[in-house]
Amino acid sequence: MTKNFIKPLTGASAVSEAMRQIDPDVVAAYPITPQTEIVMKFSQFVNDGKVNTEFVPVESEHSAMSACVGASAAGARAMTATASAGLALMWEILYVAASNRLPIVMPVVNRALSAPINIHCDHSDTMGARDSGWIQIYCESAQEAYDNVIAAVRIAEHEKILLPVMVCQDGFITSHAMERVDILEDEKVKKFAGELKLPFPLLDTDNPVTYGPLDLFDYYFEHKRQQSEAISHVFEVTDSIYKEFEKISGRKYNRVETYKIKDAETAIVALNSTIGTAKDVVDALREKGEKVGLLFPRMFRPFPAEEIAEKLSGLSAVAVLDRSETFSGTGGPMLADIKSALYEKESRPTILKYIYGLGGREINPAQIEQVFSDLKEVKKGKKVEQVVYLGVRE
Amino acid sequence: MKLNIKEFPKIPERLGSGHRLCSGCGAPIVAKMVLMGTKDPVVVTNATGCLEVATTIFPYTAWKTPFIHSAFENSASTAAGVEAAYQSLKRQGKIKREIKILAIGGDGGTYDIGLQALSGALERGHDFVYLCYDNGAYMNTGVQRSGSTPRGSSTTTSPAGEAVPGKQQFPKDLTAICAAHKIPYVAQGAISNWKDLITKASKAFAVKGPAVLNVLSPCPPGWKHADDLAVEISDIAVNSKIWPLYEIENGQWRITYKPRDKKIRPVEDWIKMQGRFRHLTKKENHHIIEEIQQWADENWDRLERMEKATSSEGGSE
Repeated sequence: MTKNFIKPLTGASAVSEAMRQIDPDVVAAYPITPQTEIVMKFSQFVNDGKVNTEFVPVESEHSAMSACVGASAAGARAMTATASAGLALMWEILYVAASNRLPIVMPVVNRALSAPINIHCDHSDTMGARDSGWIQIYCESAQEAYDNVIAAVRIAEHEKILLPVMVCQDGFITSHAMERVDILEDEKVKKFAGELKLPFPLLDTDNPVTYGPLDLFDYYFEHKRQQSEAISHVFEVTDSIYKEFEKISGRKYNRVETYKIKDAETAIVALNSTIGTAKDVVDALREKGEKVGLLFPRMFRPFPAEEIAEKLSGLSAVAVLDRSETFSGTGGPMLADIKSALYEKESRPTILKYIYGLGGREINPAQIEQVFSDLKEVKKGKKVEQVVYLGVRE
Repeated sequence: MKLNIKEFPKIPERLGSGHRLCSGCGAPIVAKMVLMGTKDPVVVTNATGCLEVATTIFPYTAWKTPFIHSAFENSASTAAGVEAAYQSLKRQGKIKREIKILAIGGDGGTYDIGLQALSGALERGHDFVYLCYDNGAYMNTGVQRSGSTPRGSSTTTSPAGEAVPGKQQFPKDLTAICAAHKIPYVAQGAISNWKDLITKASKAFAVKGPAVLNVLSPCPPGWKHADDLAVEISDIAVNSKIWPLYEIENGQWRITYKPRDKKIRPVEDWIKMQGRFRHLTKKENHHIIEEIQQWADENWDRLERMEKATSSEGGSE
């Protein structure tokens, strides 16, 4: 393998580094804490002449996504980045991007939604956008964010897919914490990303096409069905692209990540940086002989239900930790998907429901330990029905 | 490059027939005339609205040129993305030819919901033309009032009622708002003055940077007039000075058509042609017609002062 180099980078900078190497044709972006560092660093690359990108410093996130839609339909590789309220402002156009089958890649730095205004991490922003037709990939660390932004370009642009991808990392916890990041050589990334070949670019003026027509009850349903069909190919394509990425990076990624789950009796399911904290707790408990493990649905949309069910069905008890609230009265968004995935299985673990970390409330090892200890009680027969709000003052 | 009049008919038709706009609608005439303003291929972005829905009913399209509709408020930002893609790919040598970008929106998509996206795109200086076909209300959803609806007009959200006789406010001055961005070219046009309009379109396409065309677009069902009057009603709008024809070229204001003595019509002539103003003919509402006349006169005076002030032949500025 050719040499890579290690850089101390924050999660946000790691993503701008990936964007520099990908060198998209167009980046349209707007600042929002804690995503701003991505845009700032990338603007510097633009003005230092390090990329070929046409940078569009738009007047809102709505226009950021709209410009990406225009650029992508025109035949350009288009990227943006956002967080929280910025993602919420893009909402309408998220659907337009996915439904027009435009392979836009968007790093998202997870942050709580208003009100009250809060700039810190939770997953309300991307969880709200989970059914917009975008592929969602979640990342534990700056390294994972860097790697997955690169992989996402290929997943999005694959001829069987042609769908936009969000690559999510935790606000501040990951985006602003300095980590050791293994950066691939520029040439390697360039070669891996390859040339974008869109089937119907607007700028091919000899072959005019109409995007976004009025589509009524006689065709709309078929187009939505085709979109579902594209989604059904995401797993196989992602697996093959992750394999290819492993060849250039030596780093292996899976749609569903697990940690010491093989012989585990209980496990925690969580996303992003919480997995890092939980790994430490699992290691400590394992040393005491406790059979505990973790599951991390790296790909949340489409949801790898079958694989998750396969990995969890043999366990005795599982705790699902959601970093957002649905206000459905029945727990967080991931909980619903995990429970639904297990419904078909003959043997199912007891599931504990937790909501934690809203608005950046810290999750610490002691709390994770508490969850494992709750799971132990449940294994022994204790019943817990209600949603537990971890680390809140009741 | 600005086109010669003889070249207009040689421009290939870009919006075909067979669309489903209403009989007598001004919008397709506006679009066709503006699209005659360049020989280069044009990519069109269109806000949600009459022109968009009626020309692209799947599986058909009336557009013989690349076209994208994204949403209501983002025709300008979608065009900004297309333009950025074009600049990037051209710089990288992946596209060689000259391509123009035209963003279209109605008055709802321009004066109101799309104003922010338009302002942003003008400020950033994208090389594109923005066309507003201004029919003075949200016609596609059934004639609701917009920021462009004339004072006194009855719409479904500013109906002529027993207490309130239609829309109370005067329209905002979109053309001046666009000119305030100090972009290379802004103009107001009308389909009755086709040579003037196509010339303005050709100037708009020719300049480097953003250009805006605001064109009056009569709407038979919304304005409530017969469907063979679109051109005539535009003509009277122009000659009554309620819709003046002018341009702002690199900061110089110029009225491109000044109706002379006999041609000049009172605003009332224009108002009386349209059912949306019918209630204004009642005695108790006649003062509104006078106010509209006064508004049009003041607007014209201001235009003349701007023309003089910015003239290269020695303005007062």
